[in-house]
Amino acid sequence: MKLITHNMLTSKCLKGVVTGYPLAINATDIKVKEVDFNPEFISRVIPKLDWEVLWVAADSIGHSDGLPRSLENKYDENEEFLKKAHKVLLEVEVEEGHLTCPESGRQFPISKGIPNMLLNEAEVQ
Amino acid sequence: MWRRYLLWFAHEHVDFRHAEINSILSLFKIPIKFIEKPCLEKPYWIVELPSEDCAKKIASRSVLMKNCIELWSRAKSIDQLHINLRKSLQNTTSKWIFENVECAEHICPKELIDVCCSPNSSFKIEVETFCKHFSIQEKLDKIEEFTYLPLKGSVKLKNPDITLSYLEFYGVNPNNVPEQPYDLFFGKWISEGQRDLIRFHSLKKRKFIGNTSMDAQLAIVMANQAQIAPGHIVIDPFVGSGSLLIAAAHFGAYVWGSDIDYMMLHGRTRPTRVGQKVRSKEESIKNNLKQYGTESKYIDILVSDFSLPLWRDGVKFDAMITDPPYGVREPTEKIGIERNNYTLSEEHLTNHIPSKVEYGLPHIYSDLLNFAARHLEMNGRLVCWFPVIRADYQDEQLPSHPCLKLIANSEQILTKLTARRLLTYEKICDDVSSVTVDPSSGVPNFRDKYFAIGEETRRERKERRAEEIATYAAVKARLGNEVT
Repeated sequence: MKLITHNMLTSKCLKGVVTGYPLAINATDIKVKEVDFNPEFISRVIPKLDWEVLWVAADSIGHSDGLPRSLENKYDENEEFLKKAHKVLLEVEVEEGHLTCPESGRQFPISKGIPNMLLNEAEVQ
Repeated sequence: MWRRYLLWFAHEHVDFRHAEINSILSLFKIPIKFIEKPCLEKPYWIVELPSEDCAKKIASRSVLMKNCIELWSRAKSIDQLHINLRKSLQNTTSKWIFENVECAEHICPKELIDVCCSPNSSFKIEVETFCKHFSIQEKLDKIEEFTYLPLKGSVKLKNPDITLSYLEFYGVNPNNVPEQPYDLFFGKWISEGQRDLIRFHSLKKRKFIGNTSMDAQLAIVMANQAQIAPGHIVIDPFVGSGSLLIAAAHFGAYVWGSDIDYMMLHGRTRPTRVGQKVRSKEESIKNNLKQYGTESKYIDILVSDFSLPLWRDGVKFDAMITDPPYGVREPTEKIGIERNNYTLSEEHLTNHIPSKVEYGLPHIYSDLLNFAARHLEMNGRLVCWFPVIRADYQDEQLPSHPCLKLIANSEQILTKLTARRLLTYEKICDDVSSVTVDPSSGVPNFRDKYFAIGEETRRERKERRAEEIATYAAVKARLGNEVT
């Protein structure tokens, strides 16, 4: 699971959970894989993100080095920044671990990089 | 000056032709003029486009189009074609001349031919005949007919500067091929469509496939109809083996997928290929993208139940392309249990596989359209398949949503009784506040009908066969009696 995905996921599927966001990350295996850098895409995707949540998530798994806590005005002209954002968004992958719902504490396992957001039948009644 | 082009199509998926090309035209904002009203029985369109660049852009996307030719001459008989072309060489008006509208004799301006006649441009002439086969010698004879063209360059068969195309159309009925062609065309070859992608993305050579993986050609048609462009973010909420993501990533989109089938996403279902005992460890959606060189477009795959919310409010995708289960080859299921007050004990929680209940088609489509209305960008598109019983089909059955406009609806026939329709919706309104589609509206349950109809006809067929055999036996017995 990449952090760009984490930035968009909630645990709203759970009964009684209102926002279910952001999910806490508990990672036991993190890999950094090289992905082609596409500055246009990164500039285009940043407005869709909750930057604060991204920074906290990156920090919680030890990948916030050099990443500004808040967005500067003309970030799309700052290539160095875009490269850092690119790395955190697309290259850092949580391979094993789990996500935790901030309201209920329910855990969602991540295995082989694929989060399992399924509930069990007792939870959807 | 607008130029005149012949767009030549593969004669399959005819019902998708307009939908695909219209999507590509609106994606690139290309205006088009039809010189002749397109007809489903003819695998070609005669159109005018503002520039050669526009023609090339269309060809860079379309998988249903075979090639695009700058038209020089068109006629209904071989003699007339050559007469027209000879007249073209004298046509200094810089305009197209219609000598005889009835017979559609088109004479092009001289300049089109002149630019190809420089001694420095090598050339070749290609002959293509539709619905009739000719030997190489016969084709060479056809080429010899064009010696009056003032081509001064040398002939070069490999990578010439200019390729000229000569096409003869003998109709679409292989059982009734006429002696003379119905229609003939001559012009400069401009560009090839994306037919090669069909082989490149072929399921036969793909590492990871499932039982209902989408055919490569139709997946590309879907990506075109969704107007996918570089840098888009795209989601398939019923991703399966990810065939649609391959097409989307090919056109530069970054892709997400989700599916309820844990085993499928982890590549651990029973193998689909004949003779394969176990799936290899390399089988995954990510490795499929790697196989086609678009690995960097892979974002994530999630195991999730589409009937429940997953994404943060305000998350917007540029397009959704999906092929939901129809309940026949893939089950329509969501997590649930029929019993009330069911609880799971702590010790069973780990590795527990949740039970599933029916997630009927009406619910799937109402969830799908509500999701699209909520999570698509304005003017973003949802492209999805919808199964129908052909005899019962009516446009009113199609799922609808006040925020989504149905742009295209093309039929692919599956069996004598069933078909699926490729629906393209565009988001036209952002005010989704509380509009939700009622699941009980119109959409019939395909599975129930599929099996009901299937069984009835099977029984009928058996009865008919039994009757035929009985009559045959009776006739035979009577004949036998007469002989003796």
